[in-house]
Amino acid sequence: MNIPDIERREHYLNINYGIRSWLFTTDHKRIAWLYLLSVTLFFFIGGIFATLIRLELLTPQGDLVQSETYNKLFTMHGVTMIFFFLIPSIPAVLGNFLVPMMIGARDLAFPRLNLASWYIFILGGAFTLMAAAAGGVDTGWTFYTPYSSIYSNTHVVLTVVGIFITGFSSILTGLNFIVTIHKMRAPGMTWFRLPLFIWAHYATSIIFILGTPVIAITLLLVGLERIFRLGIFDPALGGDPVLFQHLFWFYSHPAVYIMVLPAMGVVSELIACFSRKRIFGYSIVAFASLGIAVIGFLVWGHHMFVSGQSVHAGMVFSFLSMVVAIPSAIKVFNWTATLYKGSISYDAPMLYALGFIGLFTIGGLTGLFLATLGIDVHVHDTYFVIAHFHYIMVGGSVMGYLGGIHFWWPKMTGRRYPESWARLAALIIFIGFHLTFFPQFILGYIGMPRRYHVYPPEFQVLNVMSTAGASILAVGYLLPLTYLIWSLRYGAVAGRNPWGARGLEWQTPSPPPTENFERTPIVTEGAYAYEKDPEEIYPLGKPAHV
Amino acid sequence: MSKVEVFRQHHFEDVEQQHEASWLGMWVFLATEVMFFGGMFACYFVYRHWYLQAFAAASNHLDVLLGGINTAVLICSSFTMALAVHSAETNKRNALIIFLGLTVVLGTVFLGIKFFEYHSKFVEHLVPGSAFAFPGPFERPAEIFFSFYFAMTGMHAVHMIIGIGLLTALIVQARRGRFSAFYHTPVELTGLYWHFVDIVWIFLFPLLYLLGRHV
Repeated sequence: MNIPDIERREHYLNINYGIRSWLFTTDHKRIAWLYLLSVTLFFFIGGIFATLIRLELLTPQGDLVQSETYNKLFTMHGVTMIFFFLIPSIPAVLGNFLVPMMIGARDLAFPRLNLASWYIFILGGAFTLMAAAAGGVDTGWTFYTPYSSIYSNTHVVLTVVGIFITGFSSILTGLNFIVTIHKMRAPGMTWFRLPLFIWAHYATSIIFILGTPVIAITLLLVGLERIFRLGIFDPALGGDPVLFQHLFWFYSHPAVYIMVLPAMGVVSELIACFSRKRIFGYSIVAFASLGIAVIGFLVWGHHMFVSGQSVHAGMVFSFLSMVVAIPSAIKVFNWTATLYKGSISYDAPMLYALGFIGLFTIGGLTGLFLATLGIDVHVHDTYFVIAHFHYIMVGGSVMGYLGGIHFWWPKMTGRRYPESWARLAALIIFIGFHLTFFPQFILGYIGMPRRYHVYPPEFQVLNVMSTAGASILAVGYLLPLTYLIWSLRYGAVAGRNPWGARGLEWQTPSPPPTENFERTPIVTEGAYAYEKDPEEIYPLGKPAHV
Repeated sequence: MSKVEVFRQHHFEDVEQQHEASWLGMWVFLATEVMFFGGMFACYFVYRHWYLQAFAAASNHLDVLLGGINTAVLICSSFTMALAVHSAETNKRNALIIFLGLTVVLGTVFLGIKFFEYHSKFVEHLVPGSAFAFPGPFERPAEIFFSFYFAMTGMHAVHMIIGIGLLTALIVQARRGRFSAFYHTPVELTGLYWHFVDIVWIFLFPLLYLLGRHV
């Protein structure tokens, strides 16, 4: 092993040491690590709640926990996973690390704001964990009023404050990305030479900026209603609980696209790299991201087909929900077309990318079932819905996240992970995932409602399958945790560009220097010129400092 | 190194790029703010549509004179803010400090009047909660009106307080001679923020104080 080479050269990891050099860093690459550690922590906390849920559902009786505890478990699972893992995962970890590197910048536009957003995230997380430690919250992650604002006796305010605070971390990250992508691109990096990862993060940032403030104000009103007994969402005081649902889903549906768009960006990079081809229909895929972000703001009513929303509104929302499937489908078709006659290799990141395409397709198509008014009435609030959104969020976002972590791990650490273990883990996750969630489609279709901890005995077989799958899935998630940590010390030295990728981030040493590039690069080609030699695409630029 | 270069942070190519980035960042932030207040405005419109009579009746309990004075005070403060930015651009340090100071004074006057209004609502039992009392048939919807009144003007006041904090920090920096015609981005950006907060009030005043009066 050629250890001295990495150790000798100065890069962002060894430029200085000590806890202060990390907690007060303004380097986007180090902040990405801070996020990586924190979202991993939240992922496993959310995973513990999920484990308890699946264990309880092994038997039809409520023998592990009582119904009150069960309500808290699924609420804390949802809150932790959505607000503290899925939403920040790809943007705050991979986005933070890669956005400046992919466009040839030395950092994000506002490095101190970037660090502040991590502290805000941690503060919000602390409030939510405090709520969990103090006894939890039982409203469901949706906080529907008037239960959340009047009747629940659990720690709604603490949790809501935590989510409110965390929202600002998303907003600041989105703001930073938008400004960076607009103003910090290297010479020659035109909009249509940007990697699709950047387009996806640009679209995600738009949702961060325009959606998150609405959930902030909504949760603030719920908190005020609970503390001061304002009557905005309380029917007893003349308020309208359905209005809460409108406001909540105005953010929380686009939030689904916050979770999946960055994963789509990752998959575009992986598919192109491992089929050694330009992505098929680049500009269509880029605009599909923006299309999803825009149309995604107009579909929230499909969560409310049975909430007393008018039938006409329901029809419009149903139609628009079908429309938003089009850009998503375009992406799937374009990835598939990229594979066609490509020179495909099945390294671990590619396995995750292919897994993403399959699982996202199932998740997306079942989303169309749910967007259909009549079918939604039948399967509303059943396990069908649970299975659908887990196919999108776990099958889509988490697969994309893991694929991205593996792909850029050599760049982040300078070391390679053990390839065969990684392939095995990807396979275990794929199998465990299907075994966990596919039975839930059937459970939901034959009538098992969500959010109950007791169920009729005839549902047991499918529930046992699901719990068995969850244990396989848990093994699949613990494997990367283990071998990635192992590789930090023992992994093979990666070198500048282990995948032979054409993106700008691969043209600098691994790990990169603090300023990212030895010289400001000059870009003459898009990020997917796999038919060309990298030296030809990136002639040496002018020196970074004049 | 030129005079301007002192202010360039290491990751920007030049000062112009840095200035453009800050400028765009502020506008994006204001877009977020529009959506933040927009959520409350949307709720307000829904309930006003439902409870038109009640909102008109409740609106008559607000003090139009004080609200009007406050509107004038805020518009003047936007004017002094604009003059502060102009003074920075034309390198007039004393004028900059004076106009920033005037803006702080006007903002504080606004908050003082607002506090007085809140106090009288408290005395008249118009604060939502167990002590709320509203004569006539519209007690419940009137409580919703006052919920919005306090939530919206309260959130606006929080923004004013933050703005006054920013202005105070600017005054301290201006006294140290940090700003010049070459570099005064913080003054410009705080100006943008201040005008935005002002515009929010320009919408709040007619919606809460005026619109109901002639129904």
